[in-house]
Amino acid sequence: MRHLYLLDDAIISPLGFTTSENLKAVRQGISGIQPYTFSGIKTYAGFISNKKIDAGFYEIAAPEKYTKLEKMLILAIQQVLDKNPGLDRASIPLILSTTKGNIDLLDNLGNFPKNRIYLGKLAQTLSDFFGFKQKPMVVSNACISGGLALSITKRLMITGKFKNAIVCAGDLLSNFVLTGFNSFQALSKNPCKPFSENRDGINLGEAATAILVSSEKPKTKSVSLIGEASANDANHISGPSKTGEGLFKSITSIVQKTGISPENIGFLSAHGTATLYNDEMETVAFDRAKLNTVPINSFKGIYGHTLGASALIESILSKYSLLNSELYATVNFDKTGVSKPLNITSEYAKKELSYVLKTASGFGGCNLALMFKKNLV
Amino acid sequence: MQNQDYIKDWVKIRNNRVFHCGSLLFENKEADLNKFLKCVYSELNLDYPKFHKMDGLSKLGILASEILFTSNSFSEETALIFSNKSSSLEADRQFQASTESFASPALFVYTLPNIVLGEISIKFNLKGENAFFVSEKFDTELITDYTSALLKEEKAPQAVCGWLNLQNDEYDVFLCLISSRGKTLFSEENLEHLYYFE
Repeated sequence: MRHLYLLDDAIISPLGFTTSENLKAVRQGISGIQPYTFSGIKTYAGFISNKKIDAGFYEIAAPEKYTKLEKMLILAIQQVLDKNPGLDRASIPLILSTTKGNIDLLDNLGNFPKNRIYLGKLAQTLSDFFGFKQKPMVVSNACISGGLALSITKRLMITGKFKNAIVCAGDLLSNFVLTGFNSFQALSKNPCKPFSENRDGINLGEAATAILVSSEKPKTKSVSLIGEASANDANHISGPSKTGEGLFKSITSIVQKTGISPENIGFLSAHGTATLYNDEMETVAFDRAKLNTVPINSFKGIYGHTLGASALIESILSKYSLLNSELYATVNFDKTGVSKPLNITSEYAKKELSYVLKTASGFGGCNLALMFKKNLV
Repeated sequence: MQNQDYIKDWVKIRNNRVFHCGSLLFENKEADLNKFLKCVYSELNLDYPKFHKMDGLSKLGILASEILFTSNSFSEETALIFSNKSSSLEADRQFQASTESFASPALFVYTLPNIVLGEISIKFNLKGENAFFVSEKFDTELITDYTSALLKEEKAPQAVCGWLNLQNDEYDVFLCLISSRGKTLFSEENLEHLYYFE
């Protein structure tokens, strides 16, 4: 079985600008979601002020030369590079996951050139900033993008063209996306409540993250991606499947290929957006896959939905869950509001874990399942 | 990397022309994109009312895959690996414009590039792997490497891969069916040659 080892990482979010600040808040069940108003519409969202970003960015480069998202991504990648000064920037590829990139430039370009709106240009800007020489790659596959970028990197390792890679992900809280989800009547007016009885929609959030991955086993205790699968529902472009078909198929595919049965999965980091239909779809898929007793969490009450960043951030948090033998709470979860029994985490707990499952689903009918394993020295 | 997959079939839609395996299938001088797409739809004898509700990118993807999938047998595990430069920028601008009056959910849903993969999956009942990449120009190395890796690892028995770009009504479509049978070896060089020259 080939492994993709998850090495150093960084998370830039309303909870903090380092992974350790993020983990501290996640352990305490602190949410980064705040009341947020746009175009007269009230919701809750995860927002990072420009001032806070520029204060951190000033030491690296001139803030006015980069967009907000670029700065967030640069701050994340910089931390990973700082921890790994020996990395060869000529050979290491950069894989970027994003759904909307610099979408805020669409109605206000400011001083930036028009081409900055292209996702390829965004990735090239990051690549040039750090002096990477390989062509950057961009994955834009709705809300599974961040996790799919890890899958893709693992699969590309088969070419033997690289041993290490930097996978990064980021998306903004933009009026564009807020207006869009509002047009779907999918935004909650309250802090979102994944899997709960009175859940009524999502909170959006912004974040960026980066992680160094490798095909070579590190000398210390580590976590690796050992199985990955994605499947399309072939059902509806925006409505979740009633049978959870694609998600069920993704899960059963990696369970079969890795040989890890539901009893051995210690924790499941679900997508859990807190819309009525998404959480019910996941429930049906988890029930069909016999995951009813596995502790399940959603991080959306902490971060909101950070779109292309979410599945990568949640994979990184899954890594720490394995390394530190801990389960994270589903913030804002109260009374179960789904059709099948599930074991939704309500508080932080210590638990010895060997395998963690991460799942995600998105528009276009896409679904993803990732299996992570703890490796002792 | 050793490679025993083949480019079994391919479709190009460019400059008001539709090519199938290098030969001209259809040509129309219609300058308006939607009218041109409607002509191709009629030419292919399609009867799929959902088509008319789709954005331009999805329409292009549906038309090109219709040609591939009616000419070849395919499994529901067929993987879709698409790429382009402009992501969903055309739909993004249309949705942005709609927000001036009434933000349209019907437009918003198309503001992700992978929606076309969902539309194709629904039309042909494909339940396999999907990936949408964005690059400044057609990255034949990435598409060849990733498609080959999926097939080699038996994540899919065959794949449709290529380039599907739309911006300012300018389109460039090149989709290939990759299979274990065929005449043209699936390689970066052959993919590039077919894209630029055939």
